[in-house]
Amino acid sequence: MSGTRYNYGTAMLAAFEYLLENYPEVFVIGQGLWSPWYVGNSMTDLDKKFGAHRVIDTPVSESACTGAAVGAALAGMKPIVVHPRMDFMLYAMDAVVNQAAKWSHMVGGQAGPGLTIRTIINRGGEQGAQHSQALHAWFAHVPGLRVVMPATVADARDLLIASVLCPDPVIFIDDRWLYDLEDDLPPVVERSLDSARPQCLRSGADLTLVASGYSTRLALEAAALLQQQGISAEVIDLRVLNPFYPDSLVISVTKTGRLLVLDGGWSPCGMAGEVIASVVERIAPDTLKKSPARVTLPFSPAPTSRVLEKAYYPSVAMVVSQAGKLMDKVC
Amino acid sequence: MNDWSLGHLADPAQNQQPIDIAGQDVAALLTQLQMMLRIRLAERCLADGKRDRLIGGPVHLGVGQEAVAVGVAAELRKTDRVFGGHRSHSHVLSMGSSLHRLFAEILGKDTGLSRGMGGSMHLWDQPNGFYGAVPIVSGTVPLAVGAALAAKMQGGGDVGVAYLGDGAVEEGVVHESLNLARMLKAPAIFVVENNLFASHMHISLRQPKESTARFAAANDIPYEIVDGNDVVKVRAAAARLIERARAGHGPGFLEAVTYRWYGHVDWREDIDVGVNRSAEEVGVWRKRDPIARLVAGLQALGLIDADHLAAMETKIAEEVAEAWKLAQSDAYPPLSALTSRVFAGAGVTQ
Ligand SMILES: Cc1ncc(C[n+]2csc(CCOP(=O)(O)OP(=O)(O)O)c2C)c(N)n1
Ligand SMILES: [Mg+2]
Repeated sequence: MSGTRYNYGTAMLAAFEYLLENYPEVFVIGQGLWSPWYVGNSMTDLDKKFGAHRVIDTPVSESACTGAAVGAALAGMKPIVVHPRMDFMLYAMDAVVNQAAKWSHMVGGQAGPGLTIRTIINRGGEQGAQHSQALHAWFAHVPGLRVVMPATVADARDLLIASVLCPDPVIFIDDRWLYDLEDDLPPVVERSLDSARPQCLRSGADLTLVASGYSTRLALEAAALLQQQGISAEVIDLRVLNPFYPDSLVISVTKTGRLLVLDGGWSPCGMAGEVIASVVERIAPDTLKKSPARVTLPFSPAPTSRVLEKAYYPSVAMVVSQAGKLMDKVC
Repeated sequence: MNDWSLGHLADPAQNQQPIDIAGQDVAALLTQLQMMLRIRLAERCLADGKRDRLIGGPVHLGVGQEAVAVGVAAELRKTDRVFGGHRSHSHVLSMGSSLHRLFAEILGKDTGLSRGMGGSMHLWDQPNGFYGAVPIVSGTVPLAVGAALAAKMQGGGDVGVAYLGDGAVEEGVVHESLNLARMLKAPAIFVVENNLFASHMHISLRQPKESTARFAAANDIPYEIVDGNDVVKVRAAAARLIERARAGHGPGFLEAVTYRWYGHVDWREDIDVGVNRSAEEVGVWRKRDPIARLVAGLQALGLIDADHLAAMETKIAEEVAEAWKLAQSDAYPPLSALTSRVFAGAGVTQ
């Protein structure tokens, strides 16, 4: 593909620029917006280009900023709230879960807040329990919230645009561990968020790997290593966790007979379990050659100590080894 | 100050004079000087450790703010319940915590204050009255109110202390906590270290007024606003509020105006999370050094001479170096600690 070179961060920057340029009702609000430090290269100089009145750095007030964005959305604006770490937005859960998610349903579908909450999974660096969480499954559990997790440079730009143009509340979750991904992108074409379905990023015959966000990167790297060992893995990136459309996953697993799900969250009541259940519910019981499996975090908060942190996050090697087990091979 | 401006307290060119120690207990002042020096040198050591990549995680240094914790802690006892935030090295050390265990924590070692599970931003030393510090801004403020409420129920005259910043008061939970503490007459002491910044943002970009004590007034809580770089003034104000709380008259609010010399996080002085603070501004604040001013106050009355001070500094520098060396040679937690410490009932002795 030829086009303009972006990385995952500058792709989001391009989306912000596109939206602020073309939609006067778009504004951005959150902490760190006048400082490049909190948000990588994804928001550089937006305040200078579009004005501090449309790119608003705020007091340390996640709850009020998010609630205010819900209200502004009801009044016709298209706000983008930025929470530089997902952990910080827990102060905003009422605005998200009780208000934004429920509004349309509560008022008979006659009104709804079209706002996007961009929140960042910002793990590693020995930051520990309150600065590392990946809570996408929580949000995907709530009816009325669309949950988007871009894993590619193209999606970082295009799904951000689709999210902001969507008339519903969207939780858009990007990951600092993806900011160095690079790709060439064609000019922007606006697409409906409804058209964003799970996407096959690599086809294979022996095993289906399903992932989202940073886990998709792990899956792709693992698939390349598995190939060297003669195992052909198909990689499907979920892209959108809610609404979740498992049809293409079912087709893939019907072909491969083996399902391994990778998720950057915890297992219990999590996204990996949801994927497995959704596939198993829809597939003929004798299609599976092996019980599905998942690679997730240990069921504990993030540690800080470097030795523990190293063991905490799933690695490509862990994925390869799990995939090997599904193939009855030692990988 | 009823326009809620901080006036001369926020003007670094003022309040540079030696601290007025007339009528003070000299032995106590020397202990406080020692403690401030210990905190200063410990944080300098951490700054170097971070620069040299011996420390992996973020460290939020409070160099320049030492007098706040030391002044408050002079009025606290081990049965009190102190809570902090992301910038809490001074809070925990001032309660008498071990330098070695603080360093070990920051290096992720099993011997650390939180057994290596929390690093600089999650400190715990309950036996010394330090119930915990966490980096979610304002996260511990209601906890301190609850610990104060417990103290009231338990009847021992202890207090809860919440250290928070000028940024932290922008979180709604702080306002709920103030009202709740007032209505429950909880012996909670809110200590705001107003260093005029929350990460890259000056307070004038975040709040219409400089003084956060206006929120105490709104909740009918007695407050004091002091030069946070004057350990004598901090201690005296803390004493009045804490005494009242211990006697069953409810919460108090202490706003200590101060300044951090380093940037928001880690070891650089010249850059503050992307926003350059002017070197002049930091330079003027350095002249309001809480340590140098106390030394000058003691010297003015002939209570400390250059030799005595040098000996004190050398001794503390040795202590710091020793603790740092020891912490570096300590062991990391076992891998089993990853899951064995999730619940306090299980595995804590492992
Ligand atoms: C809930 C939450 N929001 C945002 C942050 C990011 N953050 C860390 S420290 C800080 C500034 C806090 O300022 P202040 O309370 O004045 O304390 P100081 O850093 O000045 O000591 C911010 C915004 C956070 N840790 N938690
Ligand atoms: Mg501050």
